[in-house]
Amino acid sequence: MNFPILSSLILLPTIGALFIFFVRSSNSQYQSSKYVALFITLANFFLSLYLWIVFDKSIVDFQFVEEREWISGFVNYKVGVDGISILFILLTTFITPICVITVNATIKNRLKDFLIAILILETFMIGVFCSLDLVVFYLFFEAGLIPMFLIIGIWGGERRVYSAFKFFLYTLLGSVLMLVAIISIYWITGTTDVIKLYELGIDAKYQNLLWLAFFSSFAVKTPMWPVHTWLPDAHVEAPTAGSVLLAAILLKMAGYGFIRFSLGLFPDASLYFVPLIYTLSLIAIIYTSLVALMQEDMKKLIAYSSVAHMGFVTLGIFTLTQQGIEGSIFQMISHGLVSAALFLCVGVVYDRLHTRLINRYGGLVSIMPKYAIVFMVFTLGALGLPGTSGFIGEFLVLMGAFKKNILVATIASLGVILGAAYMLWLYKRIIFGKLINEDVKKMVDLKRFEIVTLWLLVLPIIFFGFYPEPLINSIEVSVANMIDMNDLDKINKLALGE
Amino acid sequence: MENLQLIIPELFISIMIMFLLIFGVFKKNSSQIVYNLTTLSLIAALALIINLDAQIQSSLFNNSYNIDSLARFMKILLILSGIFVMLSSSKYIQISKISKIEYPILILCSILGMMVMISSNDLIVFYMGLELQSLALYVLASFNRDNLLSTESGLKYFVLSALSSGLLLYGCSLIYGFSETTNFNQIMVNTKDIEYGLTFGIVFILVGLAFKISAVPFHMWAPDVYQGSPTSVTVFFALLPKIAALTVFIRFLYIPFYELGDQWQMIIIFLSIASMVFGAVAAIGQKNLKRLIAYSSISHMGYALAGLSTGTTQGVQSSITYITIYLVMNLAFFSCLFMLKRNDEYYESIEDLSGLSKNHPLLSLSLLVVLFSLAGIPPLAGFFAKFYIFVAVINEKMYFLAIVGLLATVIAAFYYLRIIKIIYFDPEKEKFESKHNLGLKFTLVASTFFILAYFIYPSGIVDIISQININ
Repeated sequence: MNFPILSSLILLPTIGALFIFFVRSSNSQYQSSKYVALFITLANFFLSLYLWIVFDKSIVDFQFVEEREWISGFVNYKVGVDGISILFILLTTFITPICVITVNATIKNRLKDFLIAILILETFMIGVFCSLDLVVFYLFFEAGLIPMFLIIGIWGGERRVYSAFKFFLYTLLGSVLMLVAIISIYWITGTTDVIKLYELGIDAKYQNLLWLAFFSSFAVKTPMWPVHTWLPDAHVEAPTAGSVLLAAILLKMAGYGFIRFSLGLFPDASLYFVPLIYTLSLIAIIYTSLVALMQEDMKKLIAYSSVAHMGFVTLGIFTLTQQGIEGSIFQMISHGLVSAALFLCVGVVYDRLHTRLINRYGGLVSIMPKYAIVFMVFTLGALGLPGTSGFIGEFLVLMGAFKKNILVATIASLGVILGAAYMLWLYKRIIFGKLINEDVKKMVDLKRFEIVTLWLLVLPIIFFGFYPEPLINSIEVSVANMIDMNDLDKINKLALGE
Repeated sequence: MENLQLIIPELFISIMIMFLLIFGVFKKNSSQIVYNLTTLSLIAALALIINLDAQIQSSLFNNSYNIDSLARFMKILLILSGIFVMLSSSKYIQISKISKIEYPILILCSILGMMVMISSNDLIVFYMGLELQSLALYVLASFNRDNLLSTESGLKYFVLSALSSGLLLYGCSLIYGFSETTNFNQIMVNTKDIEYGLTFGIVFILVGLAFKISAVPFHMWAPDVYQGSPTSVTVFFALLPKIAALTVFIRFLYIPFYELGDQWQMIIIFLSIASMVFGAVAAIGQKNLKRLIAYSSISHMGYALAGLSTGTTQGVQSSITYITIYLVMNLAFFSCLFMLKRNDEYYESIEDLSGLSKNHPLLSLSLLVVLFSLAGIPPLAGFFAKFYIFVAVINEKMYFLAIVGLLATVIAAFYYLRIIKIIYFDPEKEKFESKHNLGLKFTLVASTFFILAYFIYPSGIVDIISQININ
């Protein structure tokens, strides 16, 4: 019996949360509960790093698989990782400690409850990425709503109640059809075990409806146009740590779901719906980029840019090519780092001036030079400058798209230009220009913990920008296997009439 | 004599009723003693039932009274709920000045009636049990007779319930007329060919039963009665009659009318969809917690009926699982309600919960768990309850029912979230008392723990229920 490393990854944050919960609260212990949370999340990070190191990247099978009877004769608790999911687990365990560090400045009341919520959320997020059973996946996927709802609602801004409700109900509404689909899959094939389903395959006549049911859930969560409207609201009202987790990880659950379930289980239907995805993705890329240009609120601008970036992700996945899918995964990881960093940057100035309106700032370069540097890196990462991780993802996605459909690829490339426009303009309006406002002049440069968190994010963005090999290496075999297994190439060629 | 051995629990409760009545009359100021003795006698009855063989299967008294695994399980559920209701509401009864000897005795009467209903295998025995149950409930609903709402609710319940009993009786007589027997098994044998009169009989009986579990469109009484009755009676209403009525539903549909599935399936599906949707929509505007939970239970009954409508053993088992989890969730909710007390006054409006989480973090946490569970969000017990139902429903390819049911959960999620919003997001109000009696605390902790930890070992209850023999 091997050490159940994945279950420990899932359970460790919950144990930490229980520990914090049962320690009696007094003001002095608020700080210590923060250190407990930091310790737990860091331990989790190193555990997942260890997992990545011992993970054998040349094997196509799922590794570290654990299976235990759960609902007797029906559902087994089954977890395991392949090259794709392991990256998302790493991303999760990397971002969470950073969120814990930021609570210092952003969370003024009920710190203990906040830490518990974040830790519980981490459990559910890791669970989503390593579950190998549809019901277990659904459980983790939905359960994440509870802590996120509370994070937005309790610690959010002025319109927090509206945003929290919108977030919860939108996502729940999207997911209910997925539950119907999961149960239907059980009655059609007799199992909800993902590995067995990969082997068995699902009859083509059921695939389209099932695909649509899964799509309804993932499209809301991604979010794809036109069901993206909950995202700007949720982002704007959530506290910094909440926005970071939402942008960096929760959105990636849907992209991951598309790859793992939509492509993996319903290859025929995926091919059939390619035009739909192309259309929605292109609208997302162009339309939300234009909307982002018009925003006056920094968080809203970044939220809309997230929708556009996720448009690239969905586009890449449904090119059904090796490059496209790899690019999407890379783009998700990169966007996870960059958007997290951007929300942290907004958090930094928001803590000082308590406004997110762009025109209240200006000329920060002269008083906050350190801030200007890191913000510059993240801006460039977001617009995909070569040398940052953002470039690799977008480049691979576009390469995959050019292989399939030149028109689609061309329109998507326009999105890159628009992306550069809104990000650079944002940077110009905040960092450069004249220092007019008196209160802006009083702002102090980055504090030590801010420097630590932001530079922790700068490093991987630049590192993977120059040397993407470790990530690509990790996903290559799994993606190739995904394409082989479902004969996506063959289906593709048939469709193209070759 | 052998027959009597198997109904010892019922006999025991009847004897206790008579004994307590005499005891209470002759001993002055004995209401508290009678109350405690009632709780004890329920515990004893529980032990007697558990003592029965789990796989027992016998028909007594000329095949009119069934002691089988279904009856055994449902009676255990019934008496367990009864015990917890008694434990959690003892303080409430003293403070609301309704601590009289009649109160616990009426509860015992009603439980006895329900036990007879659960075991009945004959139209007449069934009706006897039903009336014993209902008559006790009429009195209980208006027990706080100085309160206008309470008297109103008792009267309303009485009038409407009498009407539905009339319909039910008419249905029974039609069934008797067309099948020449009142015994369930005989009815099944004698009704091979469908006649219109028989269909009418089924419809009337279903209407009567739908009234008892407050399924739409026969739900009108529920919100008023829930709100008007003393809370200790409301929790009784919310839990125990549902168990009995659901069991009778199962017996009727799966023994005498099983062959006539085409006749009743559409009716049950309609009742189910109407209850799920109406319960969810109507609860949105409510301001009183008891009224809200009335609509919520209407909606929950819709899900339980959805399981029954499949006509399969799996469906019935999913309904039984659903009702079990429903009982625990409602018990936890009402325990929280009993804790909203300040200066000997109980608060039951949603606004009173405002900012509860600041002053009472643990109580709010329990409410949070209960409400998310009622909304059916994983990984809490309420999700599994709905999950089993939908597994059974989708197995029968009833996709429409499943999708409507799931959409109704989204609507319902809105009003549960609204309460959570008031508890967690709104500004705080005055503190409530934080000292409560042990029984109430135990009930709340046990039920919340059950809801929270259900996902660790979900097979437990399912395994027990899957051993229940339906036919």
